[in-house]
Amino acid sequence: MRDKTVIRVCMGPAGIAAGGKAVLEAFRRALSEASAEADVVENCSSHQVGCLGLCARDVLVEVLMNGVKTVYQYVKPNIVERIVKEHIVGGMPVEEWKIDDAYDSFYGKQVKVVLQDCGRVDPEDIESYIGIGGYEAVRRVLYAWTPDDVIGEIKSSGLRGRGGAGFPTGLKWELGRRSSGDVKYIICNADEGDPGAFMDRAVIEGNPHSVIEGMIIGAYAVGAHKGYVYIRAEYPLAVERLQLALEQASRKGFLGSSVFGSYFDFDIEIKLGAGAFVCGEETALIASIEGQRGMPRSKPPFPVNKGLWQRPTVINNVETLANIASIISHGAGWYSSYGTERSRGTKVFALTGKIKNTGLIEVPMGISMREIIYDIGGGIDGDGALKAVQTGGPSGGCIPAGMADLSVDYESLSRAGSIVGSGGMIVLDENDCMVNMAKYFVQFTQAESCGKCVPCRVGTKRLLEILDRITKGQGREGDIERLERLSRGVKVTSLCGLGQTAPNPVLSNLRYFRDEFEAHIRDRKCPAGVCRELLTYRIVEESCTGCGACLRACPAGAISGEKKKPHVIDPDICIRCGACFDVCKFKSVEKD
Amino acid sequence: MLMNDKLDEIIGRYREKKGNIIFLLQETQAAFGFIPREAVNFFSEELGIAPSRFFGIATFYSQFRLHPAGKNRITACCGTACHVKGSEKIIRSLRRELQLPEGNDTTADGEFTLEEVACLGTCSFAPVVLVNGDVRGRASAQKVTREIGSLRKKNEG
Repeated sequence: MRDKTVIRVCMGPAGIAAGGKAVLEAFRRALSEASAEADVVENCSSHQVGCLGLCARDVLVEVLMNGVKTVYQYVKPNIVERIVKEHIVGGMPVEEWKIDDAYDSFYGKQVKVVLQDCGRVDPEDIESYIGIGGYEAVRRVLYAWTPDDVIGEIKSSGLRGRGGAGFPTGLKWELGRRSSGDVKYIICNADEGDPGAFMDRAVIEGNPHSVIEGMIIGAYAVGAHKGYVYIRAEYPLAVERLQLALEQASRKGFLGSSVFGSYFDFDIEIKLGAGAFVCGEETALIASIEGQRGMPRSKPPFPVNKGLWQRPTVINNVETLANIASIISHGAGWYSSYGTERSRGTKVFALTGKIKNTGLIEVPMGISMREIIYDIGGGIDGDGALKAVQTGGPSGGCIPAGMADLSVDYESLSRAGSIVGSGGMIVLDENDCMVNMAKYFVQFTQAESCGKCVPCRVGTKRLLEILDRITKGQGREGDIERLERLSRGVKVTSLCGLGQTAPNPVLSNLRYFRDEFEAHIRDRKCPAGVCRELLTYRIVEESCTGCGACLRACPAGAISGEKKKPHVIDPDICIRCGACFDVCKFKSVEKD
Repeated sequence: MLMNDKLDEIIGRYREKKGNIIFLLQETQAAFGFIPREAVNFFSEELGIAPSRFFGIATFYSQFRLHPAGKNRITACCGTACHVKGSEKIIRSLRRELQLPEGNDTTADGEFTLEEVACLGTCSFAPVVLVNGDVRGRASAQKVTREIGSLRKKNEG
């Protein structure tokens, strides 16, 4: 008998946005219509999977047939019928829709641990996860391992917290275990707040059971009988799939009393975050679960000693927990064979910005930035040159193009003035202004500052005011030094991680792109052509065809000219919105 | 009264949840689309908690609205990937198009609300704008403005 044919339709965040649902429905319809070849159809299943990674080519569809995998890109419902007819029934892949070599180079240097089953399993079906060996690790742990065995294994794997701070996970569990008290809690932090990152969302939407399995193992190691997943309400699909996964796991007896028939009781409850970046901080997150304003408090006492409702509490990030089952299954030695001396294993990144292959990637720690950008990412999108890579979001910094050979691990990035962070990686090109980027991040942290401590509340506001006036051409001599002094003050005196890291984007951009700040302040110019108040728009007479597109697009009525004759912009009326620049097909609008 | 019945029901579930005010507000918003002042006053009297506690929490978290949202919701992603691909420019144009005054996110006629959110996770289509929940990838001010125009026409017609 022939192997079963499997069709997987990407329904990650981008897959859904590109119309994944309609594509899956089209497959189901086309398959049922192809009933003449009943044996083929009966032998074929089509289902949704989580993020397949290469979001830039969505909707991606994988067809597994007789041991051969064919991947289709940019799939739309109207080409599905042909794929079913020619490929599923006829056995001949549709060449023109097949993905090119980009797929191989995109995956070539990746190592998938957290994401290995994301894109293989149906996230809404627990049997699909069990079918590939899911929940085997936790079963083994509950029957054959002591909690100390688990802690020892995780410690020797070298796994560090993937939420950003990089605290050793095994050590955290050990501290939680040693903490006295009979009631303890474990919390999964799914309050992904970095504005350029969606790894946790993709993991929960793609393989929620891997997070649940990791959480049960963690709870057993720590001695917790109650767990919470603190997840953003802004991720409705992730919440829905997680809820479904929890229900399915409970029905199977994997959660509740006597987990897997053992003597261990454990239950998980979802807590919806209400939208506050600061709640990623552990003590703020705890306050939020308790129903209060999510404001951090000073540490110690640390949550492992006094956390949720004053009880010992271990908080782990989604990606951290999704690593656990694999480490137990394959061993600490296998996991620590990836990565560098002090940064073991793999890390998931959301690779975005001015890059060809935007998407979700997982790489071994220690890979170079260059390999990520050019081998996996396929290089810079558009005609600009690489300028910098921003990592760590509002708490991080940038790595300039000249340092592209830098190894991506906790230590190297920290030395370079940035951080690994939760996993946002935004590629910037020459058309990105580093003063504007610094302002963008400070704007974010300033708005998200909880207001409890003065250095963060007032300091980020002052930083923003200075950056704002620089981008508006009102920068003053001494502003750079003021920014540096203020940044240092906010860093060392703020109460929590938000304030302590908020000035990082400013300091990092000043370190590598000081000349750009100077150009804004002294010459009143934005070299990248981004800062609106510093630009002037002009129509090049020689190439203007007088088509009138800019005239129609201008919301201020600043453009005049006769049909088929060169137009002009009145600089006194122009509001510098850039609409004319965007609509001109002849590149006749120049900005300076 | 219909509203008070609903609020009573929410209070009942709130008591089961060990008195979690965030839960209470989330349920209220789910029922009414925003947090009405009357609801807070009702809770305050029923539970003996000062209104400032409720407002303190409601204004802390970005999820909560104190005013009703417009009929049509335009959601602009302000994540980093969208930012570097021009979301700022789009938002500026949309605010101008909708004639939104500073500090206000809903048009005077209650037709449109313009929300700004951090990363929607669809960075490959940056800049992203949602129009009533539907993704508009590689959005531009021109394209979204045109769509706003046709939504307006539909309303009038």
